[in-house]
Amino acid sequence: MSGPILEVRGVEQRFGPFRALGPVDLVLHRGERLGIIGPNGSGKTTLINCISGTLRPQEGRVLFDGVDVTDVPPHRRARMGLSRSFQIPKPFTGMTVLENLLVPIDQISPSADAEDRAIAVLESVGLQRRAAHEAGDLSQLELRKLELARALVVEPKVLVADEAMAGLSEGEIDDVLAILTRLSGTGIAVIMIEHIMHAVMRFSTRIVCFETGRTIADAAPDVIAADPLVQKVYFGEQTRH
Amino acid sequence: MSLRENAMDWAVRRTGRTPRATRSLVFALGCLAVLALGVVLTRMVDNPYVFFAGYVVIQYVALATGWNVLGGYAGYINFGPTAFYGVGVYMAAFLVKAMGAPLPVAIAAAGVAGALLGLAMGWMTLRVQGVYFAIATIALVVMAETVIHNIDYLGGASGLALMPPQAPAWAGGQPQFMLMVMLAIAVAFVALARWIEISAMGRGLRALKASEIAAECAGVPTFRLKLIACAVSGAMLAIAGAPYVYYASFIEPGTAFSLALSLNAIAMPLIGGKRSWVGPVIGALLLATVQQAASVTISSELNILVVGVVLILFVAVAPDGIVGIVEKLTRRRGA
Repeated sequence: MSGPILEVRGVEQRFGPFRALGPVDLVLHRGERLGIIGPNGSGKTTLINCISGTLRPQEGRVLFDGVDVTDVPPHRRARMGLSRSFQIPKPFTGMTVLENLLVPIDQISPSADAEDRAIAVLESVGLQRRAAHEAGDLSQLELRKLELARALVVEPKVLVADEAMAGLSEGEIDDVLAILTRLSGTGIAVIMIEHIMHAVMRFSTRIVCFETGRTIADAAPDVIAADPLVQKVYFGEQTRH
Repeated sequence: MSLRENAMDWAVRRTGRTPRATRSLVFALGCLAVLALGVVLTRMVDNPYVFFAGYVVIQYVALATGWNVLGGYAGYINFGPTAFYGVGVYMAAFLVKAMGAPLPVAIAAAGVAGALLGLAMGWMTLRVQGVYFAIATIALVVMAETVIHNIDYLGGASGLALMPPQAPAWAGGQPQFMLMVMLAIAVAFVALARWIEISAMGRGLRALKASEIAAECAGVPTFRLKLIACAVSGAMLAIAGAPYVYYASFIEPGTAFSLALSLNAIAMPLIGGKRSWVGPVIGALLLATVQQAASVTISSELNILVVGVVLILFVAVAPDGIVGIVEKLTRRRGA
């Protein structure tokens, strides 16, 4: 199939009288690296929740791989190949790091070599030495890596990384970027929501900018960076002398 | 050695784990040994009080284990285990009175009734979480007890005397037989709990306990798993109640729906440790034995005080229970 892997059509989400999102249209192509930027409260995470299914939008449709998934619960979307990581890591505490990865494998693609697959993914993010440790004992960076590893281990078609690099040092950002770039090389489409501009700029082939629930720009990174409207809402008013 | 082998090897060394098949074999042999020990005991001991006390203690192992499937693995605190226990008791009572039903039939019927009630609990209350779920489960006890109070056929509030079928001759008497039955039930429950724990279902339950949204996004059908856990736990709690009718031959709502029984069934996994099947077993053996000893030697009123004090101590000092303490100690020594 050659159509887009993910399509958002006229999606709108209101919380009471407040319209947090929409109407928004968005298309993600296979293997694409899409960056989503925008100030806090501009609707990025709401959009992700509508895509992953934890929120059901009041208006509009979400299509995954050509199938309308608007009314499909999150676990079934995950089984169809839609993975996400959370802005605030949500490790399965009370379980080991290895077991954290076995949970999605059990549900989505069980196999006899599940543990080997999990270990291989832990290696790829540099967490193999932590395999037998309690997930709750991990550091912030390790939690973010676990978050990614858990989303990746089932080889999804789309990965949505919600601020996977927030709070990390420059070196750690490079680590995570390398993981995501390597992943994208295997044909997985990635949506990166990020505040760290140089990371999004480096990673993405296309960037969408959000402001008060609407997309105000959708273009290649260099075009976005030069867009006066984006500069205004995102970088603040620039004064020239 | 490759990196992967290295990591696996390291993980194994770290936890000191033997392969799963070996551990399961050891577990199965242990179960058989416990059953054999029970049979031997019934042949060697004469004092009927030992059998009564043993029955109570083992019944608590069964109750604590059944409760822990939902409360420990899934993290949904059911404050009304006696709603299920009582339904099991009265289901058996009904069958004995109506048709003199043999014990296996009563156990099966109690299991079905408990599972259905568990499903109802799941439907009604799994959309509410935390404290609200707990409150709803308390209401379940009140509802079940009220229903029984109003059924004259089952003796209403004043209770019901029954003539349950006699124990088979090979058992050597009713107390001996009932002890063996309860032991078999408890061993089966522990085996079931362990199976759930190490299976994909157990991992799914623990994942949703940590974060329902993250579990759901990792492909875990959280609502279905919670329903299954409610049904299984409900069936286990009800099954634990069925044999009581064959032992006591007189039942009344006050004992079948007793608050002390609920408190114990919750306190035991908390004290032993909720995370693994060992916890409820240890908690039940320890607490129930102390209670039995206290009610004989000191006062029958004192035993519930013992539970209260021990529970407060553990919640404050060792929230992961005895198993948690042991794990912490061994980890410190290993590190």
